[in-house]
Amino acid sequence: MQAFTTLTGVAAPLPMANVDTDKIIPARFLKSISRTGFGQNLFYTLRFREDGAENPDFVLNQPAYRKAEVLIAFENFGCGSSREHAPWALLDFGIRCVIAPDFADIFHNNCFKNGILPVRLPREVCETLMDDARLGGNARLTVDLERQVVVRPSGEEIPFDVDPLRKHLLLNGLDDIGQTLQHAGAIDSFETRRKAEQPWLAG
Amino acid sequence: MPAQAPRTLFDKIWAAHVVDTLPDGTALLYIDLHLTHEVTTPQAFEGLRAAGRKVRRPEATLAVVDHNIATDETRRTGIGDAESRLQVETLERNVSEFGVPYIPLLDDRQGIVHIIGPELGRSLPGMTIVCGDSHTSTHGAMGALAFGIGTSEVEHVLATQTLLQKPAKNMRVSVDGDLAFGCSAKDIVLAIIGKIGTAGGTGHVVEYAGDAIRALDMAGRMTVCNMSIEGGARAGMIAPDQTTFDYIARTPYGPKGEALEGALRWWRTLPSDEGARFDREVTLDAHAIAPQVTWGTSPEDVLPITGTVPDPDEAGDEARRAQLHRMMEYMGLQPGQRLQDLPVDVVFIGSCTNSRIEDIRAAAAVARGRKVAEGVRALVVPGSGLVKKQAEREGLDRILREAGFEWREAGCSMCLGMNPDKLKPGQRCASTSNRNFEGRQGQGGRTHLLSPAMAAAAALAGKLADVRDWQPKGTA
Ligand code: SF4
Repeated sequence: MQAFTTLTGVAAPLPMANVDTDKIIPARFLKSISRTGFGQNLFYTLRFREDGAENPDFVLNQPAYRKAEVLIAFENFGCGSSREHAPWALLDFGIRCVIAPDFADIFHNNCFKNGILPVRLPREVCETLMDDARLGGNARLTVDLERQVVVRPSGEEIPFDVDPLRKHLLLNGLDDIGQTLQHAGAIDSFETRRKAEQPWLAG
Repeated sequence: MPAQAPRTLFDKIWAAHVVDTLPDGTALLYIDLHLTHEVTTPQAFEGLRAAGRKVRRPEATLAVVDHNIATDETRRTGIGDAESRLQVETLERNVSEFGVPYIPLLDDRQGIVHIIGPELGRSLPGMTIVCGDSHTSTHGAMGALAFGIGTSEVEHVLATQTLLQKPAKNMRVSVDGDLAFGCSAKDIVLAIIGKIGTAGGTGHVVEYAGDAIRALDMAGRMTVCNMSIEGGARAGMIAPDQTTFDYIARTPYGPKGEALEGALRWWRTLPSDEGARFDREVTLDAHAIAPQVTWGTSPEDVLPITGTVPDPDEAGDEARRAQLHRMMEYMGLQPGQRLQDLPVDVVFIGSCTNSRIEDIRAAAAVARGRKVAEGVRALVVPGSGLVKKQAEREGLDRILREAGFEWREAGCSMCLGMNPDKLKPGQRCASTSNRNFEGRQGQGGRTHLLSPAMAAAAALAGKLADVRDWQPKGTA
């Protein structure tokens, strides 16, 4: 996994609540067996018209935002299906950070596993950042995970919270499995004990 | 020994599965059962292979194909779509390489992953159950802690049989009183989501309680728990009781004899203790729930069938107004329109929410001796091969076919636009599935979520209809 330390980039405003993972990547594009290539279908129904042509009104199709690395949205971002294809599609497009008032749990988890930082900030702050983002290419945001701040184009710093373990893994680009396997002994003894106490679980 | 503080069902199952606790409070949680399907696993197995890792406990894992497959006779001649075929073949290659038990497409036990877990007796009370699928919450109806995970976590469970998890908060949704005439578990859960909203349960595990929940059979309980995720909850669960135990006794692979006795002793200790603390409590009066139907593109946008489409301009803030306008346009609706007047093109009875034998019986009871309206395509898709066989033994397939319904093979089918069963742009569908998001059932498709009996009534009426006007013939 790619580490996330500090990112300075263009932020795209997506002033919508309840952006579900079917919207981020529709089911018909989930047939690939690899983790890459989903970016071209990111936000497919918003991004393309029925005839397949780009919808010029959609933010990521506007010249200023074609290389956006941050996305600003409203409540309950990433709700619905557990598909990790949603963060894969964001990542493949180039988005490394999503800022919203809150996120659906599974999506929030999935972001961390893929080097994407989801930042929770209150609605009013998201509205301010949304206004910054509307300024386009001239208004770059900085997201500094080490210091846990978002830096506005004005230089104002907005602190955010992040779970310490997740921060550590993300800063160092560490894979959870390696971390967990350090507990292999504890898993072994847990299994032995359970097998004796709850034989019907033996499977 | 100091007296222990009263604990919830969730607290008890959680505590029984903590293998280790990291310094920041994150738990290494043991996973008893890992269900897998073809869509969310290829990259996980690939990850294992790349790292030279094995599946730690193949016997605690079960694989099945459900999302990509056709539900007509073409499943016997091979999957037409090349990408779908590759995904199914990849799963088959992975399960054989890693030694994971697998139910193949043409096996009678094949079906939607969330139907077969409980049906086969693999999903049991007190277990932790995960699957790379958000509707894993379904299995919570067994009195288990069951939740959906992403593909990286699938890989983590395959390799370690554990997950890194922070404890969730406890929420209790109590539904009391008798369910009104014409209503079912689906109406209960839609009403709950209408009340708490799609993010209402975020960060929480919901325990459903109250006498209306206790009175539900296992199928109804699964319908309720299934849609927990639509209320944003991490999981939904219902305390195991005699209804649960009787159900398990009838399953092919559930514990038997002495093992069952031992299991029962533990299972009976699981229900939340008197005085256990919930971070959030919500109550509903079952009697006040009328047959529900969604009108918008989020499951919280739900109304009684007697309702009318709301006026976006009456919504509070501007963002919500804009959202409602977009929904109306997508759904092809006008403010003030009566829901009961909306003509439907397609009716879908199926999905892990409503494709158990009880659901098919409910649909067949309404359809018996009647005809699907002209121009309506109506599909009934059993949740598993076993459900299908049972329905055929009961003659339900004949009743439905005679009424003009299509009788299909088991699978996810039109629940999501990933296999040949899809809506066409602009088609309006009465669906017993769980998501009405834009494009969920096919690009441009318009979904109204409702119960199996309501769906059957819509098929007969050719428009959304009040099932209370379509009571079974000849049973009065
Ligand atoms: S029936 Fe629908 S919701 Fe259920 S597992 Fe299949 S696609 Fe997911």
